[in-house]
Amino acid sequence: MDPRVLEAMLPYFTEHYGNAASRNHPFGWEAEEAVDYAREQVAKLIGADPKEIIFTSGATESDNLAIKGVFEMYASKGNHIITVSTEHKAVIDTCKHIEKLGGEVTTLEVNAEGLIDLKELEAAIKPTTILVAIMYANNEIGVIQPMREISAIARKHGVLVFTDGTQAVGKIPVDVNKDGIDLMAFTAHKMYGPKGVGALYVRRKNPRVKVTAQMDGGGHERGMRSGTLNVPGIVGFGKACEICMLEMEEEAIRLSKLRDKLENALLQLEEAYVNGSRDHRLPHVSNISFKYVEGEGLLMGFNKNIALSSGSACTSASLEPSYVLKALGLGDDLAHSSLRFGLGRFTNEEQIDYTIKAISETVLKLREMSPLWEMYKEGIDLNTIEWAHH
Amino acid sequence: MAYSEKVIDHYQNPKNVGTLDKGAKNVGTGLVGAPECGDVMRLQIEVDESTGVIKDAKFKTFGCGSAIASSSLATEWLKGKSVDEALKIDNMDIVEELNLPPVKIHCSVLAEDAIKAAINDYRVKNGMEAIKFEDSVVH
Repeated sequence: MDPRVLEAMLPYFTEHYGNAASRNHPFGWEAEEAVDYAREQVAKLIGADPKEIIFTSGATESDNLAIKGVFEMYASKGNHIITVSTEHKAVIDTCKHIEKLGGEVTTLEVNAEGLIDLKELEAAIKPTTILVAIMYANNEIGVIQPMREISAIARKHGVLVFTDGTQAVGKIPVDVNKDGIDLMAFTAHKMYGPKGVGALYVRRKNPRVKVTAQMDGGGHERGMRSGTLNVPGIVGFGKACEICMLEMEEEAIRLSKLRDKLENALLQLEEAYVNGSRDHRLPHVSNISFKYVEGEGLLMGFNKNIALSSGSACTSASLEPSYVLKALGLGDDLAHSSLRFGLGRFTNEEQIDYTIKAISETVLKLREMSPLWEMYKEGIDLNTIEWAHH
Repeated sequence: MAYSEKVIDHYQNPKNVGTLDKGAKNVGTGLVGAPECGDVMRLQIEVDESTGVIKDAKFKTFGCGSAIASSSLATEWLKGKSVDEALKIDNMDIVEELNLPPVKIHCSVLAEDAIKAAINDYRVKNGMEAIKFEDSVVH
């Protein structure tokens, strides 16, 4: 978290402890004012009106509220939702839930770059389609979908556009009006704010969008999300948005330079490949497969000092590697060999240099230990071997 | 989930990484796992033909730290054992020695499978029948 965010939050744990919904005393007013101010800060970052911001507990709740809320609210119009195979689980699993409720879901595939085909999107729209749910930028590979083209197609057919903007908001310019977004989920902790607070943007004009509340209660947040507001969290979210608004542009330039330095250095290794589009991508994300080395084993070489994640999932009960990488057409072997890099506000050049060195050394060491690398070097085609699948 | 110290030690200082001549009559090679599953182990034993004792063992593993440690430990245990004794190495011994958590038990199973596969390869090369093992339970 950004220390400036913490500083803004602290008074709301102590001297300003009022409930924003208490209308009868100054403590409540103070809290309400603070929430209103944060709502303006959040709205401003995405070009929205403050009245269009619904505070939630995070992006997962916002994803659920948007998709289930639209499905219920627009039931008389139709029951068909279009989404994409590389969405976050919070969207994929919510869509599965919609199917159980009798809804119909079309899941679009992506190409090797991780991008959807706009013609396929348009062809998938039916008279019963009520929502297109496509993430702004992917959490594993950072690939940015063409939101403006997507929303233009949806609009033409009178279909609402929901996007999970968790990875994009605060990192690249996102404007709900220019981008034609009707609903958007995003969260504070991805932009150096606190965990446990997020928002759903719900358009109020052209068209006016409504979602059915998914939690019953006191009717907070204009009836769309009941529950006492997390005032310190919301204040922190607002501050985080304000900082992003001011610093995002410069930060993106700085991080993309560092990311490119890291990526280009690691691509010097033999048999290393970037996953997903390098052109349509967030500035701070990189996903690289180091063939013939297993990702989790690789992480172990430096996870004391560098926090990364792998597309390999040796620890999960399923042993299934990343579904996002598989959606790009990667074989399971390459998906198991992947690392996801996320650079941030507090990443500096020294850390990048350290990372390049640590990863390069570990890859070389593990390849010396890898039977697959030895076979590759001997010119054996691994596809011709009968593996004991377990 | 943190790795145990023993796993970390084997990962940082793996024992017996390498390759034996798989064409040699007294060398048995076991290759188990699959790249799609995220782990492949190759374990080799070199048997002293006069005594039936395993005089050298080598491994190469593609996999997580626990898989690397399991195969490294297996080679240590194999050296100096007779082929018959080696058959008694149980995956749960590896689990215990390395403090593997439940999600990593399959790494020890793979190591046991690799030992058995190497022994069978040696047996077949030397005119003996391959031993039929029950399928491992985890995979």
